[in-house]
Amino acid sequence: MSAQSYPTSWKRPAQIVKDPRWRIALQVGIVIYLILAISTIDVNWTRVYEGLERGQRFIMGFLQPDFTSRWRDISQGLVESLTMTLTSTVVGVAISIPIGIGAARNIAPGWIYAICRSIIAVSRALQEIIIAIFLVAMFGFGPFAGFLTLSFATIGFIAKLLADDIEEIDATQVEAIRSTGASWWQVVNYAVQPQVMPRLIGLSLYRLDINFRESAVIGIVGAGGIGATLNTAIDRYEYDSAGAILLIVIAIVMVAEYGSSYLRKFLQ
Amino acid sequence: MLELKNLSKTYKTGDTALSDVTLSIPKGQILGLIGPSGAGKSTLIRCINRLVEPSSGKVMLGDVDLAQLGKADLRRQRRRIGMIFQEYSLVERLTVMENVLSGRLGYVPFWRSFFRKYPAADVQRAYQLLDRVGLLDHADKRADALSGGQRQRVGIARALAQEPELLLVDEPTASLDPKTSRQIMRLLTEICAERGLPAIVNIHDVPLAQQFMQRIVGLRAGAVVFDGSPAALTQGALTQIYGEEDWNAMRNGDLEQADAEEDAKNRLAELVQ
Amino acid sequence: MTEITDYKQVWTYRTPRARLWTWAGWFALVTLFFWCWQIMTEDTIWAFVSDAPRQAADIGSRMLPPRISYMSELWGPLWDTINIATLGTIGGVIMAVPVAFLAARNTSPSVRFLRPIALFIIVASRSINALIWALLLVAIIGPGLLAGIVAIALRSIGFVGKLLYEAIEETDARQTEAVQATGASAAQVLIYGIVPQIMPAFWGISVFRWDINIRESTILGLVGAGGIGLKLQASLNTLAWNQVSVILLLILVTVVLSEWVSAKVRHAII
Repeated sequence: MSAQSYPTSWKRPAQIVKDPRWRIALQVGIVIYLILAISTIDVNWTRVYEGLERGQRFIMGFLQPDFTSRWRDISQGLVESLTMTLTSTVVGVAISIPIGIGAARNIAPGWIYAICRSIIAVSRALQEIIIAIFLVAMFGFGPFAGFLTLSFATIGFIAKLLADDIEEIDATQVEAIRSTGASWWQVVNYAVQPQVMPRLIGLSLYRLDINFRESAVIGIVGAGGIGATLNTAIDRYEYDSAGAILLIVIAIVMVAEYGSSYLRKFLQ
Repeated sequence: MLELKNLSKTYKTGDTALSDVTLSIPKGQILGLIGPSGAGKSTLIRCINRLVEPSSGKVMLGDVDLAQLGKADLRRQRRRIGMIFQEYSLVERLTVMENVLSGRLGYVPFWRSFFRKYPAADVQRAYQLLDRVGLLDHADKRADALSGGQRQRVGIARALAQEPELLLVDEPTASLDPKTSRQIMRLLTEICAERGLPAIVNIHDVPLAQQFMQRIVGLRAGAVVFDGSPAALTQGALTQIYGEEDWNAMRNGDLEQADAEEDAKNRLAELVQ
Repeated sequence: MTEITDYKQVWTYRTPRARLWTWAGWFALVTLFFWCWQIMTEDTIWAFVSDAPRQAADIGSRMLPPRISYMSELWGPLWDTINIATLGTIGGVIMAVPVAFLAARNTSPSVRFLRPIALFIIVASRSINALIWALLLVAIIGPGLLAGIVAIALRSIGFVGKLLYEAIEETDARQTEAVQATGASAAQVLIYGIVPQIMPAFWGISVFRWDINIRESTILGLVGAGGIGLKLQASLNTLAWNQVSVILLLILVTVVLSEWVSAKVRHAII
């Protein structure tokens, strides 16, 4: 065969959307959406220009944070945040365990399964902030409302992952224990618990980390913690104090991340 | 054509993988590199195109010492050396054609490779090579849709797309079944003969090496302990390469497998009757 | 059979020392919990807490029935919310890609110097919630959609960057090595060896983040960064609880829909 008979050009065949008409329609659709979406942004450039100076001050505040002048507020916010984080994680995880077990299809009866799954769904669908708004309205301002918010959010997170985990456990081990004539409690204790315990500890530590981060936010709507301090600092245009608070938050998150990965290795 | 002079490699961990290897391969020769795992076969091959940096010694390809080159020069010289790996070294999520064309990466500017707009001659050549290895119909398939033997053929086509002056082949049959292994080895030797290409084939299967290689080099603990024709590879030589125990274990393993195959065949025959 | 008496008759799950440590750990956790509880509830006014059920009933009765007619005012803000999430995700992904390549051990041009910087960017972005970014940006560039989009984008860098750099580090080195052996330049190794391998992860992560961003952008309006949250804030300020319930319903439907879309798309890609 002579070399001349081979094609001289090659085009990569489409991988996902194979029909060229659909492909073009999709591309045109994306472009139209982007044009429409971008046109809705209404930017007041003079305001942005004026804001640049403030932005610069914020960056300077970040580089030269002021820990001292508002230290009393910062430390109080931090203490609230940290205590709120720990108590809400403990309570949230404690409540999540029965709900998580109840939401696992392979070990819970049908009606319990339905109830537990709907609790999880409600807790996951609502933003922490929205829950916080309601709880602040009910329980008054302060960290107690924050504690309730984070506990509630923890339930949705931990119970869901725990239930999914239990549903994925090795069924042969459960059968083996059940075949010895063990009761339901004994099955959970001997066959389920050993398989999901390491994951549960890992998830709880991860949630501790998330709860701390969230505790820095819910203060904005009055649920106590470092978020309230931060909100005040930004409202007063005290960017050096705001920078200090953000740096503290970042540092604690970093410490928590390294600490929890270390702790997880240690516990396994 | 290729000359290795006093090539040594010591890893950061302190393990010596190669010590003072001197070899020369003339044009058109196919050399089989055998030895127990950990003898430094893989390191030797990778020191030639510097996927592994040699610690000392020279790698002369023609008049160029590859061991001395800077980054850009090294890239230019790598084009002259085609490398064929175990079956898994295709970029799985690219099409067969892209994999073959990637052999031209050293020759084309970045924008051409980015937009897949290769020169007409390159595309034509890629088709020709795919035809040569018997995969013309598979050009638009994704590499992960191919069987092990087919992937290995694409790997060969990719290496040839570089228009190399030397082929480095690393365990080409490590994960293939015996029949496919022989087909691949036959294809490789044919192609080398057609183009007068020298090749270094790193291979762990001794009978396969004896069948297809023109010359065999045995490595043990990073040093050359045998260099000769396949016919000269006697029991004594093999014992020297693999060590008493390993060699016996390997032979027993082969014998055992032969026994098992025999047994299975007999039983099948009985079933048929 | 008489020898059986030679075996120990007491069996314990763990060694005594390990058991002691386990108990000590639990004890420490319980103590810490009560200590934290004490500090946290120091200033709590318990009268408010005991009053909560009555408050809840009150709010509940004001929320019902929802003022459905209010819905007609919400379509515009909802459209803004979706745009904030989508444009923010696009912006975040565009910024996250280079950060991920700098942070991955196998593609970072300098593991000593650039990698720690990239990792710091990722941690900083991850630790600061979108609402805080929005709070800052509203103060700096003024209220509006732009502040929301930038806030979402800044927040997405950390999430996308982290997952993407882990995907890059998990790529198969053998495929990359083979591309390198052809004499390809560093940029070519990247687009032929690494990029095809991370493409599914890239799309999956982006769509996943878009879904999360829809959720987050619904509340950005609380601090003035545009979208449906503005309406929520306005209704809360006027104590129009029957409007709040309409908004919450709409948010819930949007979140569920976006989750469904994102699951569908991810399924189609992978």
